[in-house]
Amino acid sequence: MVKEIERKLPVVHMCTIVPISQTVGANRIVPTIAIPHPFGDPSKTPEEEKALRRSLVERGLKALQTEITEQTVFTE
Amino acid sequence: MAFRIVHYINQFYAGIGGEEKADYEPEIREAVVGPGMALKAAFKGEAEIVATVICGDSHFASNMDDDTAKILGMIREYKPDAFIAGPAFNAGRYGTACGAMCAAVAKEFGIPVISGMYPENPGVEMFRKYAWIIETPDSAAGMRKAVPAMAKLALKLLKGETLGKPSEEGYIERGIRKNMFYGKLAAQRCVDMFVSKLKGETFETEYPMPVFDRVDPQPAVKDMKHAVIALVTSGGICPKGNPDHIEASSASKFGEYDITGVNDLTSETHCTAHGGYDATYADQDADRVLPVDVLRDLEREGVIGKLHNKFYTTVGNGTSVANAKRFGAEIVNRLVNDGVTAVILTST
Repeated sequence: MVKEIERKLPVVHMCTIVPISQTVGANRIVPTIAIPHPFGDPSKTPEEEKALRRSLVERGLKALQTEITEQTVFTE
Repeated sequence: MAFRIVHYINQFYAGIGGEEKADYEPEIREAVVGPGMALKAAFKGEAEIVATVICGDSHFASNMDDDTAKILGMIREYKPDAFIAGPAFNAGRYGTACGAMCAAVAKEFGIPVISGMYPENPGVEMFRKYAWIIETPDSAAGMRKAVPAMAKLALKLLKGETLGKPSEEGYIERGIRKNMFYGKLAAQRCVDMFVSKLKGETFETEYPMPVFDRVDPQPAVKDMKHAVIALVTSGGICPKGNPDHIEASSASKFGEYDITGVNDLTSETHCTAHGGYDATYADQDADRVLPVDVLRDLEREGVIGKLHNKFYTTVGNGTSVANAKRFGAEIVNRLVNDGVTAVILTST
C-alpha cells in the first residue's frame, strides 16, 4: 500500500516493525511503540499517552516535510 | 549417532497461547514441542531435536537484537549440528523471527539453518540469502507438506550431500551463483534461448535478474500549515461493529469512513477488525492505532491545514501483496481527487 500511495502523494509509514517496512520499500519511516498499540502505551496515564502519541505524530509530520533521496528512518 | 537439532517455534505452536501471549519471553526446553513432533517423525532417527526454543512473536519483533543474543546463548550449550525454525507459513512476525534466528545461528555457529515460509512472507525477502527456506503454502494447513520437505533438506545438508537447484529441492532461491560445466558453449546456449523465446517456447534463464520494486520518494511537504493530511491504516480500525465486514485476515477489501466532526476515537465508536495482534488496546482506544485525536488538535492549532474528513482502513494480516497493491492504488486515487496533500499510513 505504502508504495502505491507514494507513486502519487508523499507518505510516511509509521509502524513498529521497521525491517518489514524497509523490505517492502517505504521511503519515509517512523518507528512506533508496539504492535498492538503503535501510538499508545496503556501503562501510562491517558494524558501521558496522548503526549507520547503527539510526539510521534509530530515526528511523522517532520518526516513529511523533510526532503529525502533514499529510504530514511526518522528516529527523532 | 543422530545429528543434533535445535528447533525454534513461537508461542502459538508451543501451545502457550495466541496473541494474548505474543509477548512471551524466549525460553529453551529440552523437549520436542509442537511441530517438532512431525519433524522428529520425518527424521526417522537420523537426527534428533535436542532442544526447542520458544519465543513470543511480538516479543521477538519488539526486542530483535536482545532476543537474538539471548537465544544464541541458550542454544550454545546444546551444540547443535543444524538449526530449524518454523515453518512460519505466511505469518509475518513469525517468519521474520525465524529468518533472523537462522541468519544469526548460521553466522555464530556456522551450521545449516532451515526454515519454511510462504513466498510472500516478509521474512523471505529479508533472510533468504542466509537460510534455506522451504517454500510452503500460506497457512498451517500446509504443515504436512512443509515438515517432511524441511527435514529432508536438513538431512541432506547435514550429510554434506550436493544440493540441486532451488526448484528441485523445494527451497526459495538464495541468490547464490554456482559455476557449472555445460556441453555447449555459452554463445550456443544464448542463441538457443533466444530462438526458443522467438518461437514462444518456454526456456529457463541461467541467471534470473533481481526484481527491484522501489518507488522514488515524493518531494517533501512545503507548507504544512495549509496541507490536507489523510490517515490510512493497515491496522484494521473501523466504526464499531465493522459494518463492511473487513476480514480479520487475508483482507479482500478496504473501508472508507467519514470522520467529519469526530475529534476522538473511543471504545464506543471504533474498534479494530484486525486478527493476528491482541486487539484489547485498539478496541479500548483506537487512537492508539489511528491518531485522530492528536491530528484534530494539530488542525485546531494550525500546525496542519486540515485533517482529511475520510480515513481508509484495511487489515494487513496475511493480506496478499496483490490485494494490498490494489487497495493502495485505489485509495491514493481517491485521495488525490479529494485534494489531499500527504498521507500518514499506520501499521500495527
